Amino acid sequence: MPDEKITLEVMRYHPEKDEQPSFQTYEVPFREDWVVLDALNWIKDEVDGTLTFRWSCRMGVCGSCGMMVNGTPKLTCAAFLRDYYPKPIRVEPLANFPIERDLVVVLDDFMAKLSAVKPYLIRKPGEERSLDDGEYRQSPAELARYKQFSMCINCMLCYAACPVMGLEPEFVGPAAIALAMRYNLDSRDQGAEERKDVIFTHDAIWNCTYVGECSVVCPKHVDPAGAIQQAKVAAAVDYYTSFLTPWKK
Amino acid sequence: MPATWWLKKRVYFMFMMREFTAVFAGAYAVLLLVMLGKLKRGEIADFVGWLHSPLSITFHLVALAFAIYNTITTFNAIPQVMPIRIGEDKLPAPMLIAPNYAAWVVVSLGLVFILTRPLS
Repeated sequence: MPDEKITLEVMRYHPEKDEQPSFQTYEVPFREDWVVLDALNWIKDEVDGTLTFRWSCRMGVCGSCGMMVNGTPKLTCAAFLRDYYPKPIRVEPLANFPIERDLVVVLDDFMAKLSAVKPYLIRKPGEERSLDDGEYRQSPAELARYKQFSMCINCMLCYAACPVMGLEPEFVGPAAIALAMRYNLDSRDQGAEERKDVIFTHDAIWNCTYVGECSVVCPKHVDPAGAIQQAKVAAAVDYYTSFLTPWKK
Repeated sequence: MPATWWLKKRVYFMFMMREFTAVFAGAYAVLLLVMLGKLKRGEIADFVGWLHSPLSITFHLVALAFAIYNTITTFNAIPQVMPIRIGEDKLPAPMLIAPNYAAWVVVSLGLVFILTRPLS
């Protein structure tokens, strides 16, 4: 039992010396309670200190440790070695993102897309509330309308799972659109009109072909695919009412 | 990404098959238009003859399989695309999906009844 090993094939890439990424194989101790992140940290501690990867909470709430494990985007802190043992485990950086170094991807584009959807409460001019007005009152039903979409930990597994993301780099993506819907559905927000130009566009919801893999891989069950299809319904209704009932606002 | 990206994973392949059902739906629509044209020109007997050919039967079986796959995936998507909230809760998924299957059966039986009634 203490001598059992499991093989990890880990992608390595140091841009200062490598032309292209390559795979390095490591024999890692197999422990029943270890996750892939434990194996990576063992490699870094015992074998090769240059192995570079992101991680933080190691309990599935921070969204830092997302990587491709045997071709599927997973949080490596939630991928147990015992689920793969005795077969080898292939660990690669998250798909559809440029590689920075080893298992670390470049996040800039993703961060820009998140900011682009205006992820904050927007009030109409003249309807801003000051602290003296007291708190916003929100019923449990009003909370339930957007709560699921607020659970996103920005782990980007959905972007790695989405084939549109791989084919169309301009695609705003599942997490960003779910975030926009989180605010559009929040009873305290009045910014749906402002977000239309970002969300009800070709680069956003209309680029989605409803593959649905984003929701399948989401570790927090945000259901971004649902958010996007519901946004499509809202966009269609908005379009038709704009000329059928233009007096309504 | 290579053009064969959808061959790499089963879920992507099944997604492309779902999208591909549109080809058979379109082909069947063309077939119906051709039938209407032949009916108008009094050549319907030829068309019915063709319907019995192996090519036609194969096409219809394949088109039916794709149509059924399209229907099942569409029905299963309803709770995700159009969730119905009641207060804090959502209606359970089967409650949204089952009526569609029921309607499918009723409409299909209705069509069979209409199309198999003897002409006067």
